[in-house]
Amino acid sequence: MQWLTDPLQFAFMQRGLLAALMVGTLCSIVGCYVVLRSMAFLGDALAHAILPGVAIAYLLNGNLLAGALIAAVAVSLLIGFFSQQGTIKEDTAIGILFAAALALGVALISSIRTFAVDLSHILFGNLLGVSPSDLIFTAVLSAAVLLTILLLYRPFLVISFDPVLAATLHLPVTLLRNLMLVLLGVTIVISMQTVGVGLVAAMLVTPAAAAYLFTRRLSTMMILSACFGALSSLGGLYISYYANIASGSAIVLVATVIFLVGFFFAPRRGLIWRWLPSTSVVRQSKP
Amino acid sequence: MTKNTSLPATPAHLALVNASAGYPGHPAIHDISIEIPCGALVAVVGPNGAGKSTLFKLLVGLLPLRSGQALIHGLPAGSHQDCVAYVPQREEVDWRFPVNVLDVVLMGRYGRLGWLKAPTPEDRQVALEALRQMDMAQLAGRPIGDLSGGQQQRVFLARALAQQPHILLLDEPFTGVDITTQEVTLRLLADLHQKGVTVMVSTHDLKMASQYFETVIMLNKRLIAYGPPEKVFTPDLVSQAFQGHLLMLDNSVVVDDCCGHDHIHEEE
Repeated sequence: MQWLTDPLQFAFMQRGLLAALMVGTLCSIVGCYVVLRSMAFLGDALAHAILPGVAIAYLLNGNLLAGALIAAVAVSLLIGFFSQQGTIKEDTAIGILFAAALALGVALISSIRTFAVDLSHILFGNLLGVSPSDLIFTAVLSAAVLLTILLLYRPFLVISFDPVLAATLHLPVTLLRNLMLVLLGVTIVISMQTVGVGLVAAMLVTPAAAAYLFTRRLSTMMILSACFGALSSLGGLYISYYANIASGSAIVLVATVIFLVGFFFAPRRGLIWRWLPSTSVVRQSKP
Repeated sequence: MTKNTSLPATPAHLALVNASAGYPGHPAIHDISIEIPCGALVAVVGPNGAGKSTLFKLLVGLLPLRSGQALIHGLPAGSHQDCVAYVPQREEVDWRFPVNVLDVVLMGRYGRLGWLKAPTPEDRQVALEALRQMDMAQLAGRPIGDLSGGQQQRVFLARALAQQPHILLLDEPFTGVDITTQEVTLRLLADLHQKGVTVMVSTHDLKMASQYFETVIMLNKRLIAYGPPEKVFTPDLVSQAFQGHLLMLDNSVVVDDCCGHDHIHEEE
């Protein structure tokens, strides 16, 4: 059992582990909406759109995370604005704003010569560089996002499943949709430090997609997804410690393995049951 | 929130005044004026693209009017809490969403619940009763995606019932569903009609419209006819509404429009 406790003798590993667990859980829960509402592209776009915010914050000597947060919220609201006019589709709006923000980010960064090190941390995460204040920042924002999701579970369920009903029930659909975008933006910013913007889309999509294979209820899907996310973070961090590979990629690879196991072996929906001739017996035994 | 008595105290009165909707040059509906008295049971017929769905979406406030007015109880459509329930066409719903049957029906209660409150036992009671009325109570715990098309339709009808509406709008409830569902739906319509709920149903099935409905609205972007079936289903008016989608065989009229794609018209 020493191999389990060994890495934890370092304070930076303890902080890294805590941050990874929080982010893994948060991403996986928010990711359920990303998967169910087909927002994977949006998640990826938002992740890249925070680059100009980070660059501007760096130029102004401000807080990088705050800059990222402002950029993510601004871009998500802009995407909402462009697509709600009815003249272009949402994925087109995403494509345009995503590319524009990324271009602006690269333009700004290319003008900063000393930025190289920090940039690689933003792109791929730097879990082992989590400071105590980062940890508090992560904890507070994660709690705020999770609390919002918990309180607005039903309105979010309705606008995701049946926006038409939401409108006939007079729920404030646009407000709720924008709020969901903001929550997504915040989640991505928090994840920047653990998995980096390059891989955050995977953490949003993969555990939730795996959970979807095992259940047919949103609440169960969220809990299961959170477990998968936490497990990926934990496993990934240990693998990265012992195999000496980047923590972000190790976490995403573990999540991918969990997804693949579900894809092939999930009860009823796994691919393996379609291949085996005995499936019909299993089905018949159900009441 | 209105009180949760089981059925409307104030009857519904629906009116469109010179209503138009859609894009300029491509009106979905154009200059429609119509008054529907409270408690009416109305079928809306017309070919594909005639604006039947548009009409419904106007009445629940989902689409903006380009001009004219849509009034419910004399107030603009969309401004009424709890008043109108709408069951969209089956294709407009993501059936793979992870919710079970009871979850879906309970959504009909959210309008009364407010944002943060959980459904009360009474809400559950109403939801289960609505499912029972649709012969679906035994499937309450099933994922919505496991059900057949007709069963899914019945779940949505149950949800509309759980909303306890004054006005119920059903968009193509008879298309692509099994006989049982059609029968249950017709039974529901009769029941609601008896209780004084205003019901509007769009359908391709002219025979059904003439058999089970006391009033018919015939549309083709404009209002072609509005009145009792025997006054509306005259060869003249029907051919005016359906134009190319129509087949006249002796005395009966066949509308070749049910599957949504225009095909075979060799006889014409």
